[in-house]
Amino acid sequence: MKVIKIDKKDWPGGLEKLSGNYRLFGPVKDKDSHDFRELPKGKLPDFDFQNTRLPAKSLVYPQSEAMFEYTLDESQPDHHVMKAVKKDYSPRAVFGIRPCDAKAFVLVRKNFDTPEYKDPYWIQAYEASTFVGLACDDPHGTCFCTSAGCGPFHEEGLDVLLADAGDHFLAKGLTEKGQNLLKAAGWTAETEADIEAMKKAAEGKISSSVSTDKLEAKETTALYDAPFWEEQAFACLNCGTCTYSCPTCWCFDIQDENHKKSGIRMRNWDSCMFPLFTLHGTGHNPRGTKMHRLRQRFMHKLKYYVDKYGAGIQCVGCGRCVRLCPVNIDIRKICELMNDYDSGADTCAA
Amino acid sequence: MQNPYLPYPVRIEEVITETEDKNLKTFKFVFLNPEDEEKFAYRSGQFAELSVTGKGEIPIGIASSPTEKGFVKFTVNKVGLVSSFLHSMKSGDIMGIRGPMGNWYPWETMEEGKNVVIIGGGFAFTTLRSSVIYMLDPANRPKFKDIHVIYGARTPGMLLYRDELAEWEKRDDINMHITVDAADDPDWKYNVGFVPTITEQKAPPADADTYAIICGPPIMIKFTQPVLDNLGYKHDHIIMSLENRMKCGIGMCGRCNIGKEFVCKDGPVFTLSELSATPREY
Amino acid sequence: MSGYTDKIREISERLLKEGTAEMVIGFKNGTMPMMNEPCFIRKPEDAGKLVWDSNCGINLSNYLTDRKEKIAIVAKGCDSRNIVTHIVENKITREQLHIIGVPCHGMIDRHKTASMFDTEILSVTEQDGKILVKTKDSEKTLEKADVLQKNCAVCTHRNPVIHDELAGNPVEEQRDVDRYADVRGIEAMSPQEKLNYFDGLFADCIRCYACRNACPLCYCPTCFVDESRPQWVGKSTDATDVKTFHFLRAYHCAGRCTDCGACERACPVGINMRVLTKKLEKDCLDNFGWEAGLTPDQRPPLDTFKTDDPEEFIK
Repeated sequence: MKVIKIDKKDWPGGLEKLSGNYRLFGPVKDKDSHDFRELPKGKLPDFDFQNTRLPAKSLVYPQSEAMFEYTLDESQPDHHVMKAVKKDYSPRAVFGIRPCDAKAFVLVRKNFDTPEYKDPYWIQAYEASTFVGLACDDPHGTCFCTSAGCGPFHEEGLDVLLADAGDHFLAKGLTEKGQNLLKAAGWTAETEADIEAMKKAAEGKISSSVSTDKLEAKETTALYDAPFWEEQAFACLNCGTCTYSCPTCWCFDIQDENHKKSGIRMRNWDSCMFPLFTLHGTGHNPRGTKMHRLRQRFMHKLKYYVDKYGAGIQCVGCGRCVRLCPVNIDIRKICELMNDYDSGADTCAA
Repeated sequence: MQNPYLPYPVRIEEVITETEDKNLKTFKFVFLNPEDEEKFAYRSGQFAELSVTGKGEIPIGIASSPTEKGFVKFTVNKVGLVSSFLHSMKSGDIMGIRGPMGNWYPWETMEEGKNVVIIGGGFAFTTLRSSVIYMLDPANRPKFKDIHVIYGARTPGMLLYRDELAEWEKRDDINMHITVDAADDPDWKYNVGFVPTITEQKAPPADADTYAIICGPPIMIKFTQPVLDNLGYKHDHIIMSLENRMKCGIGMCGRCNIGKEFVCKDGPVFTLSELSATPREY
Repeated sequence: MSGYTDKIREISERLLKEGTAEMVIGFKNGTMPMMNEPCFIRKPEDAGKLVWDSNCGINLSNYLTDRKEKIAIVAKGCDSRNIVTHIVENKITREQLHIIGVPCHGMIDRHKTASMFDTEILSVTEQDGKILVKTKDSEKTLEKADVLQKNCAVCTHRNPVIHDELAGNPVEEQRDVDRYADVRGIEAMSPQEKLNYFDGLFADCIRCYACRNACPLCYCPTCFVDESRPQWVGKSTDATDVKTFHFLRAYHCAGRCTDCGACERACPVGINMRVLTKKLEKDCLDNFGWEAGLTPDQRPPLDTFKTDDPEEFIK
């Protein structure tokens, strides 16, 4: 596939052209960090960042989303019947998403798009999006993507991959959607240059890694009963920071909210870290302690997902949970503990 | 794309209070759109999400049998926000049902001339009612050999479906062992004793052709399982139905996840050998 | 502060050997610059794990509630006042505790420090009141005062108010600090300005509850946001629900908050929710002459009624 050269002076004009057919999204600087926002006309995405504070998942999967609306007014003919809510799934282009966040969508899709059931909200929002990724040339010290199934120039989940080459971008149109976007923007100048050298250089800069090779072979109940969980869970606050900042976390809650005689059924992000998550109506809570919940998070990410889908760990190594956890619980450390755990030997916690 | 979160609208046709403490009611629902009933084709052991508009949804085992046409029945315990509101609803009220969800009891295996031993406690008997009616239907009865039902509750007034239990007692193609923990009724004709005790006395011995389906409160299961072990039941012949907190019911919201399974989608029916390989988070 | 580390290790080893404590709650080294991880040790030989420096901003008394063991806990000034509050509120008994007091020189604000640099910070070390920051392409020495957490800059209780032994010599308390300059600024706003200010303040809130969970005062078995019968607050990111959560939580902390700053430190999106608790702290001081957690012999004002309570505030 030919690489396209996009002169940076042609960048704003291309975006302008695209804004006619796509809603545009990209990183925007807000105080000290970058987050994804919809870009109003003329506003360029800000690429001067290592990664956004929160992942791109909210573009496809908003934190609070109305699923249905209804009326409780019994004088209406369709009272108490759930009705669809108008949604906007018009084409969108997401600029500046890092390869880790894009790969995360591929992992999350396994949950929302199954042979038996399909989540129309997630799938339609995802399929309406064209992802123009920005390869990383300056990874953060907490990035461990290369050992978590992706990398700074990884292409899975992206429609276009951009590599920043100074006064121009080198773009690969990876899918039909991506190639259509490049054409629509008028970015069509082909070049012989390739990005392999840039890719190798960036991968060489990744300084952090995890070992996952022995996770699949471990026995689930043995890992579950390992002695290190108690100590690892002590500091944990059981807040939702790690789960909400994680691009591969997807758990949600469904709730009805009424206002006078009408209401909506909505879904909100939820977290396995919260005690309410598994609380039975009888008061019984299968994950009643902090240790249970912390263990669930890491077992799910690093073991259960591995066993269920055979597609590696449910983590892309973006490092957000490491950077944002208020008490420095580190998934890299726990992954090593799990990977090294030998239920036969007499282990002491690392 | 079919939206799996959209409930089929239903109307409550009948509400019956089942137990003397009034905490259990059986609701009979009729689909507002007849074609939804066909889409809702289910098997015994499955559950559905009952959607009370403006309040929320609850996952409840289907108590009616697929052989009963024109309606679906659920027996609901009054426990929390949605179930309490549901208990205040009346015939004619409109709400929703999503489903059927989950897997079902292993009918494909048991219909090959197997013996079925049903062990139920308290108000967990709902999907077992569905199973009994399914098996006793003339079209299905020949597919099974012996059927035993051991069902207990705290007192006679706490048994579900008492009229139907009495009907089944009279039949000669099913062995009923109804019991109560304590009987205050001098006319009580049936057994007195905890379900595990009656199981020990009345359950048939284990063999390759005999399957036990257990559904009940954790305490009952805890004491019944050793009895079945002593009788020689292999763990892949002991079938259980789990409960867990659920919301979506379709394996997406993540809430009912245990190990690599979702109770709502890979369950709620599991064999005991499958459960032994899974963390005890239920 | 390395002197503190050695002393804490020595004390902890001794307490565990003697059996005075069954566990010691402190900090161990983190995996990121400016971060330490709360931890516990039960064996004297593990005392070498404990550290103390200016990255110990999380309030360790948060880990005390409802524990049954005999615990030795490392506590700076604000932490010790929360321990007093825990004792008053029956979340732990005084007899269970052996408090290793740490006279505090203030904690480094990691978000503020990170925002002063364009590139990733690789290490932060402290020497004689100066902070040396190394990034990928530079090295810079900062004054500690420039990177202090906001609450530490205006702290008037740096010495522990309750302790069984001290890990260092008492420090001089700061005088003439204006704790409420920012609060007065908001008080002076018109109602519409205040609404706009608070909308802006909470715009980024993702309802992660890190603030609530990091706070030692928030120990309710079921938080009001998790109640469903009745449901007091919505669970979405609706602006009104978000404000309700923050305002109500602040009110639950009124008369009890020691301004330890754990809430702001924990917040992943940098919300300065301390303006709410400081306002209520100021009101308690103005109306009742009350400062939280100074002595276990007094109950907080919102817990008690006195016949000479001023009524100005409810007129």
